[in-house]
Amino acid sequence: MRDLFKIVNKKVLNPTVTLLEIDAPRVAKKAEPGQFIILRVDENGERIPLTIADFDRERGTVTIIFQLVGATTKALGMMEVGDALADFVGPLGTPSHTEGLKKVAVIGGGVGCAIAYPVAKKLHEQGTVVHSIVGFRNQDLVILEDEFTAVSDIMKIMTDDGSYGTKGLVTDALKSLIDSGEEYDEVIAIGPVIMMKFVSKLTKEYGIKTTVSMNPIMIDGTGMCGGCRLTVGGETKFACVDGPDFDGHLVDFDQLMKRNMMYKPFEQEADCNLLKKGENANA
Amino acid sequence: MPNMSLTKVPMPEDAPEIRNKNFEEVARGYTEAMAQEEADRCLNCKTRPCVGGCPVGVPIPEFISLIKAGDFIGAAKKIKEMNLLPAICGRVCPQESQCEKLCVRGIKGESVGIGRLERFAADYLLAHPEAAAEKPVSNGHKVAIVGSGPSGLSCAGELARQGYEVTVFEALHKAGGVLVYGIPEFRLPKSIVQQEIDNLKALGVAFETDFVVGKTATVDELFEDGFEAIFVGSGAGLPSFMKIPGEEFSGVYSANEFLTRINLMKAYQPDSTTPIMKPKKVAVVGGGNVAMDAARCAKRIGADEVTIVYRRTEKELPARLEEIHHAKEEGINFHMLVSPVEILGDENGWVRGIRCIKMEFGEPDASGRCRPVPVEGSEFEMEMDCVVMAIGNSPNPLISQTTKGLETNRKGCLVLTDEDALATTREGVFAGGDAVTGAATVILAMGAGKTAAKSIDNYIQGK
Repeated sequence: MRDLFKIVNKKVLNPTVTLLEIDAPRVAKKAEPGQFIILRVDENGERIPLTIADFDRERGTVTIIFQLVGATTKALGMMEVGDALADFVGPLGTPSHTEGLKKVAVIGGGVGCAIAYPVAKKLHEQGTVVHSIVGFRNQDLVILEDEFTAVSDIMKIMTDDGSYGTKGLVTDALKSLIDSGEEYDEVIAIGPVIMMKFVSKLTKEYGIKTTVSMNPIMIDGTGMCGGCRLTVGGETKFACVDGPDFDGHLVDFDQLMKRNMMYKPFEQEADCNLLKKGENANA
Repeated sequence: MPNMSLTKVPMPEDAPEIRNKNFEEVARGYTEAMAQEEADRCLNCKTRPCVGGCPVGVPIPEFISLIKAGDFIGAAKKIKEMNLLPAICGRVCPQESQCEKLCVRGIKGESVGIGRLERFAADYLLAHPEAAAEKPVSNGHKVAIVGSGPSGLSCAGELARQGYEVTVFEALHKAGGVLVYGIPEFRLPKSIVQQEIDNLKALGVAFETDFVVGKTATVDELFEDGFEAIFVGSGAGLPSFMKIPGEEFSGVYSANEFLTRINLMKAYQPDSTTPIMKPKKVAVVGGGNVAMDAARCAKRIGADEVTIVYRRTEKELPARLEEIHHAKEEGINFHMLVSPVEILGDENGWVRGIRCIKMEFGEPDASGRCRPVPVEGSEFEMEMDCVVMAIGNSPNPLISQTTKGLETNRKGCLVLTDEDALATTREGVFAGGDAVTGAATVILAMGAGKTAAKSIDNYIQGK
């Protein structure tokens, strides 16, 4: 029978980031780090992709962590334990490749840490040496610190304003680790597009293979709409089926940043629709 | 004495300038009197040329005779002997290149409006449902159907009637496939599709939405779960692009994305939270039904100017005549013998126009068909803020990639080892519709679903 997609656990990680654990046994059974799901909050909602932050095959649950940025994520953030999502489909995309890696630097930026964490965890569990570098704007926004620490051989926290950890960017920390003689098989960077762009730029200079995780606009997640297309090494790829992981040295980040802005004007209008709904519900 | 009028009884429609601002069905359908008047135009030819043009062999003169006699329910049932989804086919079949093309009345004047009559009878039955079909006694055999589009629905219906326990798996949140995400409301109301799906549910067919076969479970896992045979009707869901510069600019859509946002996700409704840009000047590249649908949707969400850009001439447009006619009435521009060479963008990565080149017909190729070739030095630019690519789709590789032993050809279409039985290279897996043929029509897909149902029955009974 169809799963009901009930919320079994909710944690507000910081003022803009929320964790939901969803009852979705079919998805949990097949999920692997690096894959994503698509959900709809309600019958009239849009379909949004979110990368899987964690899963528990025995409990049959999948965890998502998301930033309250648009109309849909805000509506999602208003849901409580016991509420059910209209739809929750997956796992979609290709799992992250972790086989054979001996030593990896995992870089997470902001809410991207939620996606980087399961990868770091899987690497740690398979015996890979994991150096984690996680970056946030300030102390209030730090998430998953304990989780990352538990699976990392070296753990660095960076904040833009120095209110926690070390002041600076994740690229500063990565550069100093590499310069101090650390040799990585691979760097895995997940976070804002701009962060992934600069991590890739740095590692290209050092010739270290780098994987980034893309989360562009998409509808179906099966290759049908083509909305998630991006240019990788001069070729058009669909993030939903060819990714979401790609070679960071080949991705056209600038183009992706522009494409991701496509619905910004609309978001504001949709926000209004959502607020109107909220007001009506309260009335 | 038959009705010897040279033209079909006109289809009631709203005025173009009214309907191009709403999503209500354009063709309102015949009244009983109109249907009987049109049915009277059928000469009931002994040779039944029309039937030869129908991919599923609907007994056309017979059902039209029943309409003449006023037995509308009987007419619908007659159609349903061969075609399970007549309300859909009556609306979307390219009749002018099938049954109506061969109609004797078409030699002088217009052919009989077979499609309109099919739709009339089917709608009549939907509006006057008899006692709900009873769920047949189960024969204990489980069959899985991948995809809830036209081929999947017809395969499911045929098997369920014979007592099979059928489950249809659908990746999207709503069943119906291209009938709900692609074909717009104003051409095929979603309520019609929903009624047909509800009829299948009454027969005992189970629908599992939010289930991506190949991801949520593989074909092998479905076999492990006890399904004895699997029909793959996953359609042609991988949009083609032209591979010209600028296709990554914001404001460039595949027709699939554009139509899905508008149809399936109801972006046209004012209270929807689905994002869709509200373009002012739209170019739709392509000349098929999908291109016409995209153009007419663009107009309806408020575009001032919508232009179809096609590299051949109007004569070669693959769309149904009625769609071309409706699009023109609704103010869509047709720019023929033109092909885009580049999409132009602004500094923020948004579309600002397209650069096109004029085309002319070259020498006929081996097939005898003239290929359009570019006219050197004829490039020109058109200002646009949105470009929709409606140049076709190829089959989605998710299933073939995750199923051992399931072979595809160079175009990504599933290979059949037995063309008549629609058997794939994997035992127990059958396939039909666009997943096998590449993008084609609803009726061909439905015909394939029906054929596959027979093969699956033979396969399971022969085990």
